[in-house]
Amino acid sequence: MIHDVIIIGAGSIGLPTALDLAESGLKVLVIDGEHAPGQQNNKKAIGGVRATHSDFGKISIGRRTIEVFKNWQESRGDDIGWFSGGYSYPAYTKEDEKSLKELMEIQLDFGLNIKWLSPDEYAQIVPGIAREGLLGSTYSPEDGSCSPLLFSSSLYRYALKAGVEFRFGERLVEMKMNGDKISELITDKSRYQANIVINAAGSFAREVGAMVHENLPVFPDNHEAGITEPVARFFEPMVVDMRKAPGSANFYFYQNYEGQVLFCITPDPPILGVNNRSTSEFLPMCGKRMIDLYPRLRLLRVRRTWRGQYPMTPDGFPIVGHSQTAQNMLNAVGMCGQGFMFGPGMAELLTRMITQDLRNSDLDILKSFDPRRDFSSEEKFK
Amino acid sequence: MKQFRIAAHPILNVPMLDKVSFYFNGKLIEAQKGEMISSALIANGIDVFGHHHKDDSAQGMFCANGQCAKCTVIANGVAVKSCMTAVEENMIVQSAEGLPVLPEDDSTQSFEPIEDISCEVLIIGGGPAGLSAAAELGKHDVDTILLDDKKTLGGKLVLQTHKFFGSQEDSRAGTRGHNIGQIISEELDKYKSVQAWKNSTALFVFSDKKVGVLKDGVYKLITPKRILNAAGAREKFLRFQGNNLARIYGAGAFQTLVNRDLVRPTQRLFIIGGGNVGLIAAYHAMQAGIEVVGLAEAMPHCGGYKVHEDKLRRFGVPIYTSHSILCAYGEESVEGVTITAVDEKFNAIEGTEKSFACDTVLVAVGLDSLSEFTLEAEQAGIPIDAAGDALEIAEASSAMFNGKIAGLKIAKIFKGDKVEDIPESWYSKAEMLKRHPGQIKGYQTLTDESGVMPIIHCLQEIPCNPCTTVCPTQSIHTEDGTLFTQPQYDGKCIGCGKCLLICPGLAITLVDYRKNADLPTVSIAYEIANYEIKPGDKRELCDIDANFLGVFEVVKTDNFRNVNTMIVRFEVPREIAKKVAGFRVQAEEVSRPLPQPVIPERMKDEAMVCLCERVTAGEVRALIRQGIHDLNQIKAMTRAGMGPCGAKTCEVLIKGLLREEGVAVGEVISNTKRPVFVEVPLGVFPGGGVK
Repeated sequence: MIHDVIIIGAGSIGLPTALDLAESGLKVLVIDGEHAPGQQNNKKAIGGVRATHSDFGKISIGRRTIEVFKNWQESRGDDIGWFSGGYSYPAYTKEDEKSLKELMEIQLDFGLNIKWLSPDEYAQIVPGIAREGLLGSTYSPEDGSCSPLLFSSSLYRYALKAGVEFRFGERLVEMKMNGDKISELITDKSRYQANIVINAAGSFAREVGAMVHENLPVFPDNHEAGITEPVARFFEPMVVDMRKAPGSANFYFYQNYEGQVLFCITPDPPILGVNNRSTSEFLPMCGKRMIDLYPRLRLLRVRRTWRGQYPMTPDGFPIVGHSQTAQNMLNAVGMCGQGFMFGPGMAELLTRMITQDLRNSDLDILKSFDPRRDFSSEEKFK
Repeated sequence: MKQFRIAAHPILNVPMLDKVSFYFNGKLIEAQKGEMISSALIANGIDVFGHHHKDDSAQGMFCANGQCAKCTVIANGVAVKSCMTAVEENMIVQSAEGLPVLPEDDSTQSFEPIEDISCEVLIIGGGPAGLSAAAELGKHDVDTILLDDKKTLGGKLVLQTHKFFGSQEDSRAGTRGHNIGQIISEELDKYKSVQAWKNSTALFVFSDKKVGVLKDGVYKLITPKRILNAAGAREKFLRFQGNNLARIYGAGAFQTLVNRDLVRPTQRLFIIGGGNVGLIAAYHAMQAGIEVVGLAEAMPHCGGYKVHEDKLRRFGVPIYTSHSILCAYGEESVEGVTITAVDEKFNAIEGTEKSFACDTVLVAVGLDSLSEFTLEAEQAGIPIDAAGDALEIAEASSAMFNGKIAGLKIAKIFKGDKVEDIPESWYSKAEMLKRHPGQIKGYQTLTDESGVMPIIHCLQEIPCNPCTTVCPTQSIHTEDGTLFTQPQYDGKCIGCGKCLLICPGLAITLVDYRKNADLPTVSIAYEIANYEIKPGDKRELCDIDANFLGVFEVVKTDNFRNVNTMIVRFEVPREIAKKVAGFRVQAEEVSRPLPQPVIPERMKDEAMVCLCERVTAGEVRALIRQGIHDLNQIKAMTRAGMGPCGAKTCEVLIKGLLREEGVAVGEVISNTKRPVFVEVPLGVFPGGGVK
């Protein structure tokens, strides 16, 4: 049997794409080495979702994703823990204030809802935040958060309903080529054929590309994250501290729909590779920065920590488009740690690509994620 | 306010402690200085500590071990585990109603550098195995750190007031558990190379080969060359309707309250589980003056030692084998329990239900080795051994012995030939000590009816022999000389009574024909002084199976205070003298069922599998029936396992459901274990502790 589409990876991109494709009438198979949906880096995402990027492609996908999350419970019936708490980037240096305000101009031009809060205004939504040196903060109230676990579970349920077939615990080992097309996918358990293959393999995207001799510049690096006990809501937005400190670049945290605080830090220099084992450095490093910024967090009890990867590209932008070596493969890879917040928007875009229903704006979006681009320029604001 | 404390105990000293006062929900109550908030509340008759933020269900004491968060209260504004937080003078304690509020305390915190300590051996757990291993490492001067999360070393030994089984030589048989803990801890003080860290919880073995430890509230890192996991075991919980009520405890929690803290959490107790843990807990309850209404065991026979079971039956505690719990009922706390007979597949047999009024249910349905630290160390690449229950579930006597072997083995790795070789015989002894009970045999035939002789009511093969080593005339031997077989009397008894006093099962009586061969004196060991007994009292004597033999008068009692044991003497007719095994202490009406059983109307699948996140068996079963076998996926969908205890309770229950639904063990994907072992305030990690 020949599937219309085989998706490699039941994660942040693969799951919503499978659902959208199946609901548009296609026969979809998803292959994943894990035993359940979302068990790689999807569940490692802390759940922040924003549209306030600096580029048309990312902004558009992010915006659409927020709409999907926001309306999910009403349209589908499942609670996915969406909370419109907003995002905030407090500034403690003149330079950060300047770059944030410059960026805000661009974001406002794109029609995003973002404003500058004075230190007093900011302390209203993040009561108790360190005031010394605080120059103000951006605040984008329409951004928010939701639970990757609940969303993936819901997607999986609807995908099954829509007829998607899943092969869990099965590893892709080879893709046979016939000319410039993939003719067969061979796993450790079976063989499959498909008209179209989507590489949505996250941290393993580069390995999947290599099976068709494609050199995808996707290099995962490791990040650790944690979650606390739940307490009554005490602050609203995601707080992103852009400053660097010894051993780390930015870090961020927010309080989710359950009342738990989730937090994550970006190691500096990056720790390349795939290693899910926790280190002794994370909690002291991240804890110190969080408490310096927000002293009352010190009494909050840490419940669990974990480690996952950001599948990074050299310029911090995803790679979405046709494979350069296999004509019937689409790559939707290199989400740079933003796969969860791009998932539903990206899924709709991929579906329109496959059903040949692309709009003019889609073509502009795809320019941002063009696989053939020059990867040397960096995103203005990650 | 009436205090529910144990004022007198047959075994334990009741210390006179200073009093402190604190407020609970605005009311001034009295506590003992230094005791945990939970024990102070229970001693004041308060068993509901708050209500869950998800479903408003009553929360109270559950593990008494700092592992779950069911006992959370708000102390001076901060949410804490009441079982791990000592009460202080004028402390303001409030029940935890819904989600706690984070205190608006914005004072800045300064951080000290985190101490990073290297050692050769890190032992996690200061119970029987860890202490015994540490003593060997100390003897051989190996640089060792021993961690224990309590303020007193000994682990579960601290809670064991009964005399130990095993052998005198290898596992201090005949000595009471809590004394053994003390003896070994004192021995450790002699060894300079061993640091025993109390109040120290291992949080995780990180991939960079460092172990995160919270010591007296201060975060430290230890870099050991080897680790010994002696962290013990975790109690299994059980699925039944009402399993989320307040006053449902595991045996560890119950023994902590009764034997460590000397509070009396219950007046009338029902026990589920007839292993040694459940049987001994029943005995401890009686020693604490608590009525034991009954004990139910799902198997056709109790898994624990027959001598324990016999002793309880004789005291008047009914043991219902092939019975299981149907439900616990009550408004917020347990008010009663319904049990039911079960068939060989453990299905309830309708019409066999019996209900009992009781205020507490103790669940003692087995233990699981605590394997996290072993897995973590393996992944980090630190050589690791395990000993005691963390290696394999067995008696504490076995844990002490295999801890000793593990300690010596590790010492040899560091000190080479300076350490003696481990004799081969030790390994066979270790095997012997952990053996499950063997055959049940008949009584030894003793036709002689003159002189004095011990009658050994110990008919089941168990690894225990102090009676053979204590006898001054070497008149008691096991059948084949090993630790395991049945003891036999053969020789010249002088009537010294030492075997009576040392027998952990209280399974030896002495029959003395010397004064009057027709009315011989039977001596019985007794250690439940709460049920007072004195010459002239009349008692219902019974045989080994609790069959009534007649009412007789106590002629003499002797109190052996050094071993906290009494010997009670009766004069009985020659025909029954050798049959007498004990006497009833608990009145029959204590254990009488209610006239009509209370049968739950709701669906049986309302039993909780995840108490932290309030997930029912029914919710999980529905997912299993959709083909979901990955506990991580079940967790993602239901939050079962996402709560404060870190899946320590639900994992086993969910696996039980999977088994019940016919899913093969090989198809089940276990929960992924991550840091941290218990919840810890964020402010601890940067160093210096949280003020």
